[in-house]
Amino acid sequence: MNVSISLTVNGVRREVALEDPRVTLLDLLREHLDLTGTKKGCDRGQCGACTVLVDGRRINSCLALAVSHDGAEILTIEGVASGGELHPVQAAFIAHDGFQCGFCTPGQIMSAIGLIEEGQAGDDPERIREGMSGNLCRCGAYSGITDAVLDAQKSLAETGRRQAA
Amino acid sequence: MNTFDYVRPATIADAIAAAAEPGAAYLAAGTNLIDLMKGGITRPNRLVDVTRLPGLDRIERLPDGGMRIGALVRNADLAHDSDFARSYPAIAEALLSGASAQLRNAATVGGNLLQRTRCGYFYDVASACNKREPGAGCDALHGENRLHAVLGWSEACIATHPSDFCVPLVALDAVVEIEGRAGRREVAVEGLHRLPGDTPERESALEPGDLIVALRLPGEAGMFSAHARYLKVRERTSFAFAVVSAAAALRIEEGTIRHARVALGGVAAKPWRARLAEEILAGSSPSDPVFRRAAEAALADAKPSGDNRFKIELAQRIVRRALTLAAAGTPERVPALPASPFSSIPGALHA
Repeated sequence: MNVSISLTVNGVRREVALEDPRVTLLDLLREHLDLTGTKKGCDRGQCGACTVLVDGRRINSCLALAVSHDGAEILTIEGVASGGELHPVQAAFIAHDGFQCGFCTPGQIMSAIGLIEEGQAGDDPERIREGMSGNLCRCGAYSGITDAVLDAQKSLAETGRRQAA
Repeated sequence: MNTFDYVRPATIADAIAAAAEPGAAYLAAGTNLIDLMKGGITRPNRLVDVTRLPGLDRIERLPDGGMRIGALVRNADLAHDSDFARSYPAIAEALLSGASAQLRNAATVGGNLLQRTRCGYFYDVASACNKREPGAGCDALHGENRLHAVLGWSEACIATHPSDFCVPLVALDAVVEIEGRAGRREVAVEGLHRLPGDTPERESALEPGDLIVALRLPGEAGMFSAHARYLKVRERTSFAFAVVSAAAALRIEEGTIRHARVALGGVAAKPWRARLAEEILAGSSPSDPVFRRAAEAALADAKPSGDNRFKIELAQRIVRRALTLAAAGTPERVPALPASPFSSIPGALHA
């Protein structure tokens, strides 16, 4: 069964011919589009390494069938920096040592961008930890991750205020 | 994962026709179904993608003061709908205590109602499971069963229903609207899920092709908004299924409980309404002795299905504490750790 779908990935329109409807969004990104920044950890929705934004919302790409996301807008870790400048969340992860081995980091960063966009956590570390609980870090870099999200949120809010002024 | 045909119907009628065939399954977000398919636990030969069906993604106020929620509304959107959360705070808290933010962003209302048990023997295709394979036996019965059912179980199946969302829905008399081959009908959420009996493979009142199109809260469900909580004990504070949970909703007038609603999660193959507890509470003034009696009544018929006797005492304590928290008043905002017994709320008693 061949199906053709069309997606916007990191701002670029992509037409993809799927040989099989079983292909997940995660496998489509990694195997068909060569965007290997999005990681396959558990592949069962438990670890969050595969987190991407679909139409602006963070989801687990391992549990999403690609064919069901025909027409969607996808943002992956490869699409968050602008030119040579890191996204504020990326910069904050470096500044706060929000990782060790780095395998979970693309998912952590995409999840943090989604969390900040959702606007529910504010500057409460407990709400940030709760909001990031879908991303496991086997190195245990959680305290740096929480600090990075808090910091990135602050700098994004300041940028927003400057732009509004 | 087995291969399957993928169809994306444009109308509800086409969806029902496509899904009524043997071996077909509906696909919404797939957060449970794709996981089950990856493990070979379910092997549908056709997926009927309902995500593009029109008109199923709305949250509407009804003339009777109730609300109607389309089956494709995402869990996160429902929990953060301010009108909904103000009217039904225990439901919002239950939703936010379930899964992770990524899963809540994807998962739909209809899909959540129909999620399958998390029994490890159901998930392990090398184990005997009457639910997965009728007549195969139940390896949970003499296995690792400390998290299994204490109410409504049978020798054929001791699995529990995992949904948080369904627990306050049952307490508040929510109803599902179903479209099927014979037209539209309505079923109370309390009647949607079945106890195992001798046929644990039959989990719900749905017939082949039946599609849940909406969930409805009746007008009177809003009268509990000032005193409604959901409380959930987990083996870790976030992103875990309930060991035991409880929804408690009280209507308190002039210091007296006029109406009470209590339901439990994690104790049976369906969300468990505790009507006997409600009867004890109605007409009483809110106090710990009354809450204690109500909690005992809620678990009066419970019996362990294995190494899980502790859940009976635990469930009583959770009911008592949920009632204590509900009586203290719905918090202004869902706590940072939704439904967690570890949230520090002034006035909360350790039951």
